[in-house]
Amino acid sequence: MEHNDQGSFTKHSKTFLFGFLLVGGLFFLVYCFMTQKTDSSESDYVKVPEADPDRIENGIHLRTGLIDAKGLTEVVTNCTSCHSAQLVTQNQMNKEGWIATIRWMQETQNLWDLGANEAIIVNYLVTNYSPEKKGRRQRLKGVEWYVLEE
Amino acid sequence: MKRRNFVQRTLLGTFATALGTELVFGTHMPEGYTPIGLQEPDPFTLFKKDSRMTVLNKKPWNIEAKAHLLDDRVTPNNCMFLRNNGLIPENIDADTWTLTIDGEAAKQQKTYSLSDLKAKFQHYTYQLTLECGGNGRSEFDPPAKGNQWTVGAVSCANWTGVRLRDVLADAGIKDDAVYVGYHATDQHLSRDPEKEPISRGAPMKKALQDETLLAFKMNDAPIPLAHGFPLRLVAGGWPASVSGKWINRISIRNIVHDGPKMTGTAYRVPCEPVAPGTKVKDEDMCIIESMPVKSLITYPQSGATIKEGKKLTIRGHAWAGELAVAKMEYSIDFGATWIRCPVEKPFNRLAWQHFKASVAFPKNGYYEIWARATDSQGTAQPMVLPGWNPKGYLNNACHRIAVKIV
Repeated sequence: MEHNDQGSFTKHSKTFLFGFLLVGGLFFLVYCFMTQKTDSSESDYVKVPEADPDRIENGIHLRTGLIDAKGLTEVVTNCTSCHSAQLVTQNQMNKEGWIATIRWMQETQNLWDLGANEAIIVNYLVTNYSPEKKGRRQRLKGVEWYVLEE
Repeated sequence: MKRRNFVQRTLLGTFATALGTELVFGTHMPEGYTPIGLQEPDPFTLFKKDSRMTVLNKKPWNIEAKAHLLDDRVTPNNCMFLRNNGLIPENIDADTWTLTIDGEAAKQQKTYSLSDLKAKFQHYTYQLTLECGGNGRSEFDPPAKGNQWTVGAVSCANWTGVRLRDVLADAGIKDDAVYVGYHATDQHLSRDPEKEPISRGAPMKKALQDETLLAFKMNDAPIPLAHGFPLRLVAGGWPASVSGKWINRISIRNIVHDGPKMTGTAYRVPCEPVAPGTKVKDEDMCIIESMPVKSLITYPQSGATIKEGKKLTIRGHAWAGELAVAKMEYSIDFGATWIRCPVEKPFNRLAWQHFKASVAFPKNGYYEIWARATDSQGTAQPMVLPGWNPKGYLNNACHRIAVKIV
């Protein structure tokens, strides 16, 4: 019995000590936060590079690489949860091709019924990712010239 | 409150929301720093890849080499392309890994641990060329759907393992066996556990070849996770999708295997040639078997400027699927004339072959060096895109590099 009381006493004092340290610690953190350098000029402003998931630069939605145009939100929401947006941006298809791709994903890849969003998504894809004529062989592109010493 | 504090607090709030927990000591974090928990995984570190490789897709991971990164005679891991249909499995334990042989045409269902396989069957090592069926897809017109591979989805590494044939024979093959189909532990993109991302295979004649391995080593080390650790089927010379990764079951089928990516337009081409853009019915599509003859100039990197009067050394590799390369040529005049150059014999069947030449130029100016291999049956690489097919497979048009003489 005595032993138990002793145990209970120790337990209570531990809880108390822990609570005290926790509250004290929190005060300390708040103190640090309030007193940190407050003489910052405009140039000290923290850039927010990664945190904004909706950031657009030069007409490109930075997080996904998709072109910023009507329907972007619907495409991001419906087309980038299973695969990356790179599978969209790499490809070029006409209306029939994009619709066939959506059907294939619905039949075999667990894509849901897009409802009213389908027309918006297909319109976005056809407007921004439609085929360019390449011919049977394109010119060599992206050659970076350098001096070769042998 | 000063704006800095406000911005920083807002930022910390955003981080905290994204991480689902408070960032203790968050105010001590350096400006511009992104907590590791929020950083996008760097594929080059993650997969130990050369940072000059091209990431085509980060979900699922698809990464290709550039021609000049493939200059090694045996491809090291850091320049080997990465092709995934699904999500790379996690928490693999090689000690508890098993391989089961089953199927309608298996005499019995039999399960082996990795140590069983290694102890029971003889080990073999081969250099095997693995090329993605869609390598070169980016050139198709009308464009073909999928990852837009250029030239870098090919490799030739050393693979060590046991012969699939020996394991199949140990389990017992019935007379009506037609095909083997693999099953693996990668996860479908939708994370639906009922779905397999890919389950392909090969006809018995390929399954029973000497060089068709159940491999546990790549370049003398355990296979890197992204390339199929701990067990990979390796079938050189065929579309690399036949070489299933993370294999835990092989079914001996009495029909042509019908797993995902065996049907429709996947890894199949029109049985008869079609005009570009033609719609082809499923029943008119045939499964790709051997890859076609092809070559790559791996030195120098395209874009070399050299001094007048100097000769230029070029080198590279050539391969021909099931066949060997019999002849190698290059052209500096857009294919009007071809100059033959020596090509080495393969290290073993299904390994790529090395070629080298010393190229002279008649006068200053812009040149393209084109490479053309011919296989042992006399079929050469085309100079333009070969037969169009709905998914853009089998582009073996000759490789080209640009050179300037000044």
